Amino acid sequence: MFDISTPEWMAVLLSLKVGVVATLVATPIAIALAWALARYEFWGKSIVDAAVHLPLVLPPVVTGYLLLLTFGKRGLVGGWLDDHLGIVFAFRWTGAALACGVMSFPLLVRPIRLSIEAIDRRLEQAASTLGASPWKVFATVTLPLALPGILAGMVLGFAKAIGEFGATITFVSNIPGETQTISSAIYSLIQTPDGDAAGMRLVIISIAMSMAALIASEVFTRRATRRLHGI
Amino acid sequence: MLRVEVSKQLGQFSVDVAFASEGRVTGLFGPSGSGKTSLVSMIAGLMTPDRGVISVDGEALDDTTRRFHVAVHRRRIGYVFQDARLFPHLDVRRNLDYGRRMNRLTRDAAQEKRLSEMLNIGHLLDRRPGQLSGGERQRVALGRALLAQPRLLLLDEPLGSLDEDRKAEILPYLMLLRDGAGVPMVYVSHDPDELRQLASHVVMLKRGRVAAFGGPEVLPA
Repeated sequence: MFDISTPEWMAVLLSLKVGVVATLVATPIAIALAWALARYEFWGKSIVDAAVHLPLVLPPVVTGYLLLLTFGKRGLVGGWLDDHLGIVFAFRWTGAALACGVMSFPLLVRPIRLSIEAIDRRLEQAASTLGASPWKVFATVTLPLALPGILAGMVLGFAKAIGEFGATITFVSNIPGETQTISSAIYSLIQTPDGDAAGMRLVIISIAMSMAALIASEVFTRRATRRLHGI
Repeated sequence: MLRVEVSKQLGQFSVDVAFASEGRVTGLFGPSGSGKTSLVSMIAGLMTPDRGVISVDGEALDDTTRRFHVAVHRRRIGYVFQDARLFPHLDVRRNLDYGRRMNRLTRDAAQEKRLSEMLNIGHLLDRRPGQLSGGERQRVALGRALLAQPRLLLLDEPLGSLDEDRKAEILPYLMLLRDGAGVPMVYVSHDPDELRQLASHVVMLKRGRVAAFGGPEVLPA
């Protein structure tokens, strides 16, 4: 049962690639946004907050369709990117990464925001009286103290990204070797006669990856508490 | 010399204070709510006065007529808070070294050694702040502030959160620093005994105004 065939491996590796790229690109954006949401009051803040969480509650097929409209070859942004930078999302693995990044974004932002909110701002004041410029305060106090939250968010976001299905298949379809991730491979296999065993192998792999991610996230969260208490 | 002439409106409360002190340790004395902490926050640059001038040794740090304000991190004014505020993610050694790194100062091993002996913190260097007692934490905070080589050190009730025994433990260190560190200090307290032992000049505050200024004899018995 555990001889994994090439197309299945391709799906696993593609999922990992998509997950890694989506997480790495989304993280800096999520940190900036979490920072703004945690620290500033600005006009339209609740709208931004809602928009960030929208992919969590919107039907994934709707998110995928909106991505197709925006980032498809004839989409407003997608057309421009293709013409000017030669970047194409539609029916490419990059599009899968984009879809996964958008879908996992709320899971990434939330723990980072909470960890920034938990930081005692008086520590940042102390740092500035010791000669740290605002940027250095961020780099040497805020960021290190938020780091476990950032890692927890990254792990959760990554886990969500490798399992994403609805938005990805709507946006970039289900092309083996290009856009067929674990989820879409499982979907194809269970619709194929005799695909059950192969499907089950991928199911087990995806359960294992998700469990590992949840445990890792839990470990990072626990470490965050210790770090904030200085032990 | 520290010169302060500031006014600041804080809700219903207002601070309107002027004094100039040449002293090695200037005590700010007054009951809670008399504006002591607001005043040191303004000296540190954490708060900007509505109107007025703050200068140290003739160098202006705030001058509202010229819309002049030196940012906190460029003032070189140390601040020891009531709650030590050590960085929880750094061990004692790196807490002590923080100011030197931020100001890109060259390492002064002799001063590090002298201060760590004076404050008796040499054996704590590898510990995390969470593993220190209240008194140890406050001693490390003193060392951290001084190693940033400030031109003025603000101490805001540094003994305020300690019990009587711990206070008695730290007070001798403060006297050592006063006599040995060569940095002028502003010492905030609501305890006349503490100031009698430490301060050369005393600014007595009442409801945001200077009620008296002079030597330690202005303190109530």
